[in-house]
Amino acid sequence: MAPVISAKNVWKLFGPDPERYLRSMPEGYGFDDIRADGYIAGVRDVSVDVTEGEMLVIMGLSGSGKSTLVRCFSRLHDITGGTIEVGGQDIMSLAEKELIELRRSKMGMVFQSFGLLPHRTVLENVAFPLEMRGQDKHTRRDRALEVVRLVGLEGREDYFPRELSGGQQQRVGIARSLAIEPDIWFLDEPFSALDPLIRREMQDEFLRLQEMLGKTIVFITHDFDEALRLADRIAIMKDGAIEQCDTPDEIVMYPATEYVRKFTEDIDKARVVHARGLSKPVNGVAPEGAPVDGKATIQDLARQLIDETREAIPVADGSGNVIGVMQRSDALDLLLGGA
Amino acid sequence: MAVTHPSDVGVPGHEGARRDPVLLALLGTAFVIILFHAIGLLPLWLHRIPEALIPPTAEVLDVVFAFVQNDLGLIHITRFIAEGPLEFLLDATANLLYGKRRWPMLGPIPWTAIAAAAAVLGYYLGGWKMALLAGGTFIWTALIGQWDDAMETMSVLVVAAPIAFLMGLLLGIAAWKYAWVDTAIKPILSVLQTLPFFTYLLPAVIFFKVGPTAGAVATIIYAIPPMILMTTLGLKKVSPEVVEAGKMSGCTRWQMLTRVYLPAARTELLVGVNQVIMLCLAMVVLTAFIGMPGLGAKLLAMMGSFKLGRSFEIGVTIVLFAIMLDRMSKAWVVKQPEHHEKGTPWWQQHIFLLVGLAGFVVFYVIAQFVDVFAEIGRRQSFSKGKEFDVAIKSFLAIDAVNAVTEWLRWFLNVKVLIPFRNSLLWIPTPAFILLVTALAYWLGGRKPAIYGFAFFTLVALSGWWDRSVITLYTVISAVIISMLIGIPLGVFAARSERWSSRILLACDTAQTFPSFIYLIPAIMLFGVNDVAVVFAIVIFTTVPLTRYTIEGLRTVPPEITEAADMSGATRRQKLWTVQLPMALPTMAVGFNQAIMFAFFMVIIAAFIGTQDLGQELQRTLAGTELGKNIVLGLNVSLMALTFDLAVMAWTEKQKKALGLA
Repeated sequence: MAPVISAKNVWKLFGPDPERYLRSMPEGYGFDDIRADGYIAGVRDVSVDVTEGEMLVIMGLSGSGKSTLVRCFSRLHDITGGTIEVGGQDIMSLAEKELIELRRSKMGMVFQSFGLLPHRTVLENVAFPLEMRGQDKHTRRDRALEVVRLVGLEGREDYFPRELSGGQQQRVGIARSLAIEPDIWFLDEPFSALDPLIRREMQDEFLRLQEMLGKTIVFITHDFDEALRLADRIAIMKDGAIEQCDTPDEIVMYPATEYVRKFTEDIDKARVVHARGLSKPVNGVAPEGAPVDGKATIQDLARQLIDETREAIPVADGSGNVIGVMQRSDALDLLLGGA
Repeated sequence: MAVTHPSDVGVPGHEGARRDPVLLALLGTAFVIILFHAIGLLPLWLHRIPEALIPPTAEVLDVVFAFVQNDLGLIHITRFIAEGPLEFLLDATANLLYGKRRWPMLGPIPWTAIAAAAAVLGYYLGGWKMALLAGGTFIWTALIGQWDDAMETMSVLVVAAPIAFLMGLLLGIAAWKYAWVDTAIKPILSVLQTLPFFTYLLPAVIFFKVGPTAGAVATIIYAIPPMILMTTLGLKKVSPEVVEAGKMSGCTRWQMLTRVYLPAARTELLVGVNQVIMLCLAMVVLTAFIGMPGLGAKLLAMMGSFKLGRSFEIGVTIVLFAIMLDRMSKAWVVKQPEHHEKGTPWWQQHIFLLVGLAGFVVFYVIAQFVDVFAEIGRRQSFSKGKEFDVAIKSFLAIDAVNAVTEWLRWFLNVKVLIPFRNSLLWIPTPAFILLVTALAYWLGGRKPAIYGFAFFTLVALSGWWDRSVITLYTVISAVIISMLIGIPLGVFAARSERWSSRILLACDTAQTFPSFIYLIPAIMLFGVNDVAVVFAIVIFTTVPLTRYTIEGLRTVPPEITEAADMSGATRRQKLWTVQLPMALPTMAVGFNQAIMFAFFMVIIAAFIGTQDLGQELQRTLAGTELGKNIVLGLNVSLMALTFDLAVMAWTEKQKKALGLA
C-alpha cells in the first residue's frame, strides 16, 4: 500500500539563501557546522513514510525541528531540499491554487495555542474552513453542528473563544480541523498548553475520536509519555534529524542511540511493551494452551505471568489467530526490571 | 538637558563618553569659535551665513510647484476631487447637521434627535456614565447656543475621519505587505508627524479650494500617519498560529486578509480609529486659520477680541466633544462581541439599535411641532459669556492676582527668557550647529549626530536662522520649565496607586484636548506676550512628562524595589539609585514627546504673537507663497527630527543596557 505521506531526504534550512547554501554544503555537515555558517537547520535529511490510518508521533524537545517538519508536510513551510509526496503528489510542485484545494479537501491541523479566530463564535470557527471553500450557509451550519457535537461542545455553539476554558478551546480547534473530513490530520502539540488533568482527559477523548474516525495522523509532542500512550510509531527528533523511528515497544526495548536511551531510562517498560512486541515467530513449534492477547501490555498480564506454568506462551492477534510465542522469562524480566 | 544627564543618576553606558575624542573635538571647535566671537575676532561671515550664500530654496520650490500644479495639471485633478466627490460629501453632511441648502435637503436634524441617539449609543458602549457624557455633550452644546458652530465642525469631521481611516488602512496594509512601501513611507511619515500644521494648510488651500474642502483635506492628511502605523502594527501582531490556521483552512490571499488578518487585528485597528478621530478633531479646530467656519473659527474670533467668557464656553464645548469622542471610541476598542442565549427574539438581540432609532424618530417628530426641540435660538440660549467675561476679568484685576501674574511675567521675561534668547542668538551659527551635533552624538551616537549636523546645516542654509533659533529657544525654555513641574509631580504621584491613577486619568484626558484649547488659559492669565506663549506650551508639554514619569516609575519590576528595600535603602535612596535610573528610558520617551508637542504648540502660539518661524508661517497662509511655507515648515520639522532621533536612540541604547527592551 502506497504511503499517504512520503518524505525523502527532506531539508529545511533558515537563512539568507538556503537553496544555494544547501547545494554547496559539504557532505556530512552537522547542525553546529551549519549554524556556524549562519544558517539554522530546521529539518536535516529526514526520510519518513506515514501509511494510511497510522498514527505517527513525532517526539522531540523544543527546537528539535518537529514543528518545522510537520509544517513542511502541509507546506506551511517550503522545503529547501528533498521531496514530500502527499497522496502520491509532490507537494512542492503544486501551484498556489492546487495547494489551497489540497488543504481544503484533505488536510486538517490542530495548533498548540489553538489558533482560534477571536472574533468568531464556536460555530463560526468550526465552519470557517467550510466557508473558505464556499459551501452554502445551511450545509456548513449543519456540518459544523455535527462536529461540535462530536467533540462534546453542544450548547456552546454561540460562545466566543475567550468565554471558554483552554480544554474547551482546544475542542473547538479539533472540531475545526475535522470539519472538512480530512484524510490527514496534523496535530501540533495539541495538549501541551493544558493542565495535566485536562490533558489526560483530552488524550482519552482523542483516542476515542481516532477509534471512530481512523484518520492518518501526524502528532507532535514533547512529552514522551504522551507519545508512548498514543503512537503506532514514534519518530524521535534531535537537532532537525530523526534519531529513531519505530514502534513504542521497539523504542523502549531497543533504543537506537544514546539520546533515545536517555528518554527510555525512567520509563516503566512493562506498561509500554505489549505481548505482541515480545513475541517471536512460532517456527513450527506448536505452543500449548490458551493464547494471550497481543495487544495487552506486560503490565496487564502481570498476574497471569506470575501464575503461569508454561515457559513459552502463545500470543494471538485481535481475531484469535496465534502470531507467535513469548518467553515467560523475557516477560518477567521486563516486569521486574531485571533485564 | 541637565536633568536627563545620565551620570547624575548613575546609569551605566556613558562612562568614558566624556573622553570620547569625537565629542571633545566637536565641543572644542565650538568653544574656539565662541571664544573668537567673544573677543571680537570672528569674521562676520562665520557668525551668520552671508545672505549671498543662501540658496534660493523657496523660489526653486515655487517654480517646481508651479510646474507640477499648472504644467503637469495636478491642480485639475485636485480641484476635480475637491469640487466633485469631496464637496458633495461635505455638502451632504452640512445639510444634515446644520441645514446647508444642498442635497439631500433633509436637514438640519433636530438637536434633540441627535442627543437621544448619541445617548443610546453611549449606553451601549459604556453604560450610564457614557450615556450621560454623550447625551450631555450635545445638550450642553445646544443650550449654550453653539449648536451650529459645533455641527459645522462635526460635518467636516464625519467626512474626514472615515476617509483618513480608509486611506490609512490601505496604506498600512500596503506597508505591511510590501517591504519597499514600508521603507518608502517611513521617512515621509516621520517628517509628516513633525511638520507644523500650517504647512499642511497652505498646500491644501492652494490645491483644494478655500473653505471646508481644504480643511477636510488638511485634516485627512494630518490624521493618516497614526492609522498607517497602527494597521501595520496590528497586522504584524496577529498570532502565527491564527495565520497558519487560516492557511490550513484553505484561505486564498484575499480571504486571509479579510477574514483572518483584519478581524484578528481588530484591537489595534480600533485604537487607530480612536487616534484618527482625535487628530481629526484637533486639526478641524485649527483649520480656523484658513477660514474654516466652526468652533475653531468662533474660538479664534473670540480670543482675538479678548472675549474670555465666550472663549471659555467654546473651550468647554470643544473639550466635551474631545472627551466624548475619545471615551466612546476607546469603549469601542474594549467592547467584545457577546453571544445571546439561544432563542433570544430578534428585537431583543438588536435592542439598542431599536431604542436608538425610536428615540431619534420620536424627537424628530416632536421637533416638527415644538421649535425648541429643533433649534435653540440665540435669545433662548443659556450662554453666560458676558457674565463670565466680567467675572474672569475682575478676578484677574484683583490686586493680589494681578501682582502675581505681573511679577511672573516680569520675572520670566526680563530675568529668564530674554537673556536666554539673546545668548542663543549671540552664538555663531557654526558653533551652534556643532553644539547640537555634540549633543546628538553624546545622546544617541554617530548616526543621530550626522543627521543633526545635516539637518541644522540645512536650517542655516534656509535663510531663516534667527527665527529658527527663536523657535528653538521657546521650545527649550518651555520644556525645561515643564520638566521642573512635570517630573516632581510624576514622582509624587507614582508613590501611591491612587494618585497615580488619578493623575494618569487627568493626563489622558488632557491629551485628548485639541492643542488650541491650551491658549485660552495662557491668554487669560498673561495676555498677549512671550510669557503666555511659553505658558501655553508648558501646560501642553507637562502632560507627557508627568505621564511617562509615572509610567516609568510604576513599571519598575517589584522584585527590584523589594531588593532595594531589603538592602535597607531609604525612600530617597531607593528613588535616586534604583527607581529613577530604571525609569529613565521611559521618562526619555516622555521628554521626547514633550519636545515634539512643544514644536507643535510654538507654531500655533504664533496666534498670540511671536517672532519665530510660526509667525512667518502664519503670514504665508494669507498668500500663495507655497515655497516659503514649505521651507519654514521643513525647518521646524528638521529641528524636531534632530531631537527625536537623538533622544530615541538614547532610549533604545539605555533600554538594552538595562535589559528592558
